[in-house]
This record gives sequence, structure tokens and C-alpha cells, in this order.
Amino acid sequence: MEKKKLVMGVIGADVHAVGNNILYHAFTDAGFDVVNLGVMVSQEEYIAAAIETNADAIVVSSLYGHGELDCKGFREKCDEAGLDGILLYVGGNIVVGKQPFEDVERRFHRMGFDRVFGPGTAPETTIDALKEDLYKE
Amino acid sequence: MKPVLLVDFGSTYTKATAVDLEAGGLLGTAASFTTVETDINEGLSNACAILKEKTGVNDYTATYACSSAAGGLKMAAIGLVPELTVQAAKEASLGAGAKIMKTYAFKLTKSDVREIDRLRPDILLLTGGTDGGNSETILANAKKLTALEADIPIVIAGNRCCADDCEEILEGRQIYVCENVMPSLGKLNILPAQKIIRELFLKKIVQGKGLTKAMELMTDIIMPTPSAILEAMQLLANGTGSTSGIGELLGVDLGGATTDVYSIATGSPTNMKTVYKGLEEPYAKRTVEGDIGMRYSMRGVVEAVGSERLASMAGLTAERLEEMLSYLEAHKDAVPRDEEFLRLDDALASAAVETAAIRHAGTIELAYTPMGETYVQSGKDLRNVKNIVVTGGALIHSKNVEKIARYAGMDGAHPESLRPENAGIWVDKKYLLAAMGLLGKNYPETALEIMKREIIYYGDQK
Repeated sequence: MEKKKLVMGVIGADVHAVGNNILYHAFTDAGFDVVNLGVMVSQEEYIAAAIETNADAIVVSSLYGHGELDCKGFREKCDEAGLDGILLYVGGNIVVGKQPFEDVERRFHRMGFDRVFGPGTAPETTIDALKEDLYKE
Repeated sequence: MKPVLLVDFGSTYTKATAVDLEAGGLLGTAASFTTVETDINEGLSNACAILKEKTGVNDYTATYACSSAAGGLKMAAIGLVPELTVQAAKEASLGAGAKIMKTYAFKLTKSDVREIDRLRPDILLLTGGTDGGNSETILANAKKLTALEADIPIVIAGNRCCADDCEEILEGRQIYVCENVMPSLGKLNILPAQKIIRELFLKKIVQGKGLTKAMELMTDIIMPTPSAILEAMQLLANGTGSTSGIGELLGVDLGGATTDVYSIATGSPTNMKTVYKGLEEPYAKRTVEGDIGMRYSMRGVVEAVGSERLASMAGLTAERLEEMLSYLEAHKDAVPRDEEFLRLDDALASAAVETAAIRHAGTIELAYTPMGETYVQSGKDLRNVKNIVVTGGALIHSKNVEKIARYAGMDGAHPESLRPENAGIWVDKKYLLAAMGLLGKNYPETALEIMKREIIYYGDQK
């Protein structure tokens, strides 16, 4: 089976590199072909990378609380760039303060993210979800 | 004595340099006016005659040449995303000494293909997709290119998984497949494509440029002149296995129509708090500013720095500056001798060097994050580069060449531009770089020795 390709990184002005590196290793070990864009990644960078590598999913991380602002319009830009229907995940500490996760999830779903993960999610959870979404059929 | 002849066929001058391999020294240099129309071989024999008068040598054990005649090596590059494979294709072409006529991103249209037919580049570079990445675009572009009327050699250096398919689609054309210019995201791999481009230049392109007869006289190597200069810059910076070079450098070649900038430096971030953005940079990088030059591209220089600043640099009023620029535009071949024009030429040269170096060097900006200040760097950080090397007729003949060359370095007005902070200036007074690049291919020790002896050093800023 051909490896599925992920583009990942930490969005916005966020420089939290450690969790991102852990995820990179976890995804790679799980058998994905991973393009790690590192920290301070703009929406445009994820999109350019996904086009050039023909990625199957974009996995966005955010820890510093400003993820909601950083992620606005991401799905629309993907559509505009020809990445219609690309799998879009977001996870981490993605909103300001402590908010009920169901609300957060709903808001990010509405923004076009296929899956939303809250703080403290284990890499395995995301890997299982990726496998389910990418290898279904 | 073991004399070697090195020839640089330019669009206006043919330059000949003689070197004695046994003594390891320069014998002499000569230049002769030529155009392709008047036959390039005439320029060669004239230059050789002048050289013979100077040196007394007529028989050479070997002869090598580079050429930028008839517009040099003209290329068009096709990629997918502008800041990724298109940029990689551009780096590959420029590093091979080409002039880029046009780049194309995403899928080609019919009118793009008609435009390529009109532009008639010497070589087309077709890229797109990382290995195993996007294949749709490069395949679509290959299909579009079957409509080309001109028989242009096409170098395919894209996603390796569809190289065979591209080759099949373009069957019957001159096709050269090589490794991907960007095999994985952000990784640059331009040397294989450059090797093929240089071979094509040697095998196919020089023939069409009236150089066939001249080539018969040459023992070996015909490469595009910028490629020879890049070779020389690398040799000068890195040295050979046994002799050290001068270290990392920034080089500027100021011409009448274009300005070429070279850097031989890694340029990686120097600080842990700096985040690097964008495509990897080549260690030996060349950029060309088509709108920056001393005569044909004079207006580009004015546009870049503003006429007010240029006037004040030259100590002229705005009206007088305009008058003088109009005069020079009407008399492009004039070599002004009076003091006022020399001042203007120095100001134009300074502004051109500054603009071209700013465009070549990377930039850094401060970003405020909730975790504190972070720096974001794109392009090369050349602040720790200790050598600025300048060449080009307009520069090397100016009395104020050192002062002009300093404009390639860091200045207070552009703190975001990562140019050398404290560099010594090297001036290629005898215009030897291209010749030494050619010589260095086979005799690196002699070429390095001559460069270190003949290129004049002006200490650092302090």
C-alpha cells in the first residue's frame, strides 16, 4: 500500500517546537510520509507544500491560544488553491482560555476542519483517526 | 614556458588572457571589439594579435573559452508552486549561467506555449512536484509542450515518478531527463540539472551562435561566462585541497544592462532564536538583476533608489540629473570623462551595487510572539561574510571603486537586509575572473594563485 502523505506544522506566530517534533516522529513511525514545516507556519506555506507534494492531509498544531484566529479562512484558501476536499486536522491548545471542548469542536468544524483535537490528546488518537479517514474505502 | 590561452567571447568584447602554467603567472590580457554580426572569429584573432604583441607568445599548449555572445544562454523555466519548484528551477538555471527569459507556475496555457515559441529560449527546464508528489501538473505541462513549434531542448527535472511518462509524451523532441530539482519539500538538488544544461550549451547551443569555427580552435570547455565566473568565485572562496581560499564571499559583477550577484556562503541562521522560512539556499548562489545596470538599465537603478537619493549621492540637482540621464540614454556608448559625469557614474554604480546586493541577500524580521521576540529569516544571512569581490568594467575603472563596493555591505538604512557587516573589498582590476574560472577547471592551483596575487585587496572597514 502506498504511504499516505501528511503536511504538518505549528501555525501562526507559535514557536512551540517540542510537541510538533514528537508528533512528527509518531506519525512517521506510524507509517505516514510526513512533511514537517516546523514552527511559525502560515496558511499559505501549508497549502504550497500540500500542492507540491500532493499531500493527503494537512495537520495543524497550535499551543499558544491564538489558533482560532490563525485558522480562519484556511479551508476556503485550500478550495481556492485547488486542494478541494483535502483532509484538514487541527489540534492542541487551540482557543483562548478554558472553554467547553464541544463548543470549540463545533466552531472548528464549521470552519471546515474535519477533525479537532483538544489539549492532552495522545498521538495515537490522531494516528487512529488518520488511518480511519485515509485508508477507508 | 607552458602558455595557455583563455578566451571570453562577450557580446561587445572578446577578451583574451594568457597564462604561463610553468611559472604559474599571468602573461598578459587583451580585448578586442566584436559583435556577432561582424563575426566573432575576427574579434578572437584581433585579441590574439594584441596579446602576441604584449607577450611575444603565439603558440599555446591549450585554449579554453567561455561565451556570453549572442545573448548568452537563454532559458525558460516551468514549475508548480512559485516559491517552491519554480524557485528551484530558477536557481538551477541561474547557477548554470543562464539568463532567465520567463518562468511559468502551475499549468501552462496555450498562450504560454505560444509565448515560449516567440521567446525562443535555448533550453526549457520542465519541473514540478516533489518525488512522489504532484504529477498532474508536470504531465499536463508536458502535453501542452507538444504543441511547441520550435525544436527547443527540454530538460525534465521534476517528480521522478512521472519522468518516464513526460518523456513518452514528448517523444520525438530533444529530451533530457535528470534528477528532480526539489526531490523533497524545501530540499534543493540543482547540480544534476546544471550539469545537463552546461553539456547542452556546449554541444548544441554554441553552434547556433557563430562560435563553431572558434570552437575548433579550442581544446576544451566552452561554458557560459557567468558560469565561469561562478567557478572562479568558488575557487577563490574555498581554495583547493592544499591551498586555502579567502573564505566565504559576496561578489558583484556590474554591467551595462544587468548586474550579477554571487554568494559563496552557507548563509544559515546564526542564532537559535531565528526561524528559517522558505526554500533551502544553494551554497553557490547567483542572481541576475535585469533592470539594474550602468547604461541600458540605468532607469531601473533610478527607480530602485529614487531620483532624489541618486541626485544627492551624485551631488546634482534633480533637473541636472534628469538632463544627464537623458544624454546618456541617447549616447549609450559614450564614456564620459568630465568630473560631473564621473560623479554620476559613481552614484549610479553605488546605487546599482546596493540594490542588487539587497535583492540577493536574505532578510530578517522581528516577530513578536506570546513567548517573546523571535526572528524570521528568509534567504541567506551574509552578515558574517568577510569578503566582497567586485568586477565589471564600470566598477574596476572607477577611482572610487572601494567606496562603491562598500554599498554591497550592511548599512543603517536597511537593517533587515542581511549583507556583510564588516568585509574587506577585493577588486578584479584586470578583469580576470572568467578566465580564472576556465583555468581553474583543469589547473585550480595556478588559477587560485593568480587570483590571490592579481585581485587587489582593500582592507576592512575599520
